[in-house]
Amino acid sequence: MELLFNTQELIDSINIFLTNLCWNYNIPSWILTVVIMAVVAGIVAGFVAVNTMMLVLAERKIAAHMQDRLGPMRVGFHGILQTVADAIKLVLKENIMPKVADKTMFFLAPIIVFAPAMMAYVILPWSPGIIVSDLNLGVLYLLAVGSIGVIGIIMAGWSSGNKYSLLGGMRSAAQVVSYEVSMVLSILGVIMLTGSLKMGELVNAQKDIWYICYQPLGFLLYLMAATAECNRAPFDMPEAESELVAGFHTEYGGIKFAMFFLAEYANIFAVSAVCTTLFLGGWQGIPGLPITLPPIVWFLIKTYAIVFIFMWFRWTYPRVRVDQLMTFGWKLLVPLGFINILITGLVMVIK
Amino acid sequence: MTLSHYLILAAILFAIGTYGALTRRNAIGILLCIEIMLNAVNINLVGFSRYITPNELTGQIFTIFSITIAAAESAVALALIISIYRHVKTVDVDKINLMKW
Amino acid sequence: MEGIGQIITFYILAGIAVISAILVISLRNLVHCVISLALMMLAIAGLYITLFAEFIAMVQILIYIGAVVVLFLFLIMLTLRLTDKDIKQTNEQKGISFILAGLLLFLLVTVLNRTSWNISPEAVVENTTSKIGNLLLTTYVFPFELISVVLLACLIGAIVIARKDKD
Repeated sequence: MELLFNTQELIDSINIFLTNLCWNYNIPSWILTVVIMAVVAGIVAGFVAVNTMMLVLAERKIAAHMQDRLGPMRVGFHGILQTVADAIKLVLKENIMPKVADKTMFFLAPIIVFAPAMMAYVILPWSPGIIVSDLNLGVLYLLAVGSIGVIGIIMAGWSSGNKYSLLGGMRSAAQVVSYEVSMVLSILGVIMLTGSLKMGELVNAQKDIWYICYQPLGFLLYLMAATAECNRAPFDMPEAESELVAGFHTEYGGIKFAMFFLAEYANIFAVSAVCTTLFLGGWQGIPGLPITLPPIVWFLIKTYAIVFIFMWFRWTYPRVRVDQLMTFGWKLLVPLGFINILITGLVMVIK
Repeated sequence: MTLSHYLILAAILFAIGTYGALTRRNAIGILLCIEIMLNAVNINLVGFSRYITPNELTGQIFTIFSITIAAAESAVALALIISIYRHVKTVDVDKINLMKW
Repeated sequence: MEGIGQIITFYILAGIAVISAILVISLRNLVHCVISLALMMLAIAGLYITLFAEFIAMVQILIYIGAVVVLFLFLIMLTLRLTDKDIKQTNEQKGISFILAGLLLFLLVTVLNRTSWNISPEAVVENTTSKIGNLLLTTYVFPFELISVVLLACLIGAIVIARKDKD
């Protein structure tokens, strides 16, 4: 239990132990690096898979209760094992490839969507010292990685050889590219206050007061832009069921569909975790509140609260139209983002 | 790693881009090849910045300008291609040989 | 940093860049070409990281892959019909172009080998991002502002050209 609080020491002692091990048995250090990389990647992948199952179940349960239903109840106690059953079903399904599909692209698209979603986990600060790599350009890296996923979505839409898929892919591309602008603008305020792009420093800068107090507008803009970036309702134009069947993943089934699903929920969690880090003080407790919880627990509580807000959005707001979506992004969010930066800059200069 | 490794790589990419730009029929294909050439130039600039003026960072700043110009250039070129496509229903540069329509 | 690992990294990234560039000029399907171009740009971003230019690498990914490649994909889907996927993409100048490009490469490599570069012995600046930011707003502020005007002009120009004529 003590170790959960002092994660920095834990990581340091593990490092020292492994380095000594290498020295004692004459193992070259690059083998150690490779092994550590593989283990960390395995942990992240495992977390993403388990987390996705939990989030899918949570989403279905929350949706059900918001609509006065019960949701899945059959598999396990109150349907707890429902997503496990679904996952097994998806894995066992036959791989279907449409005849007109472009084979290579069709095969590659889910991987290209999934990989960037995983890459974002490199810079999530879970707890002091527990971060895969605290890059100098943390936030910029996140944005760069996030922009790769769009290509996968367009590839999926195009290679399916289905006009609804193509439309979904094109919509998604337009949407993600547009909302990336407002996302960058909403994050810039925080970066200006901290003067660093490092995730660790961003968390440490919020020791006394969370940035949501200085940047309430930035927080709201980020929430909206992130919803659109993840293609979540009310901005789920790429997969609008009532218009496009299922958008870019109409033709996908089995394990490939599962990869799109994993990527979607991995993205939601990553986006929420970044929101926690940027605006809600990361793994730090609420300032002034005399509750001591391990940092990682704080981090998870805040992140899941944001995830809950995303789910709440989905089951509350009706879907917007494509033109409304673009108008909202370019004519409302982007100017507001500029105003936010202007005010932040003015206040910083005056102080 | 020395500077000439990067310069030769850039030269190879530039030559590939030149060949493509000369042989492609499709206007979009030509644009893609021009992007390859621009990237090759950027490798040169960053290489010079790393090995010749590591503290002034001139090459990196010029790379930023070059990337910006490349983005602007491709946006305008794409607008032109869309406009041409509307008028003549093709993007094949061999067939776009009319001065007016 | 001069280790075997760096050399291997360079050759892998350079190999990916060259092979995907060749794919860009040789594939028939334009969408495949654009995806290869994206791969090439990713490899070049990796090369920038080996040159200690992390900021440029991130900008490369953000702008080239996130914006330019997506723009190309859009354009292809707007101008290409799905049926004419596999028409011949090259013209009749293959031979002469090959000779020309080969000559160009030969010329470049000879010149590169003859020139003596005065390699600076100074150490590399580690955290380049803040320095780039400072330089952009001090020494290079005029080009920086000029670029923003150019961008604005291109934005307006592109909209005007691509807009449908109202008649």
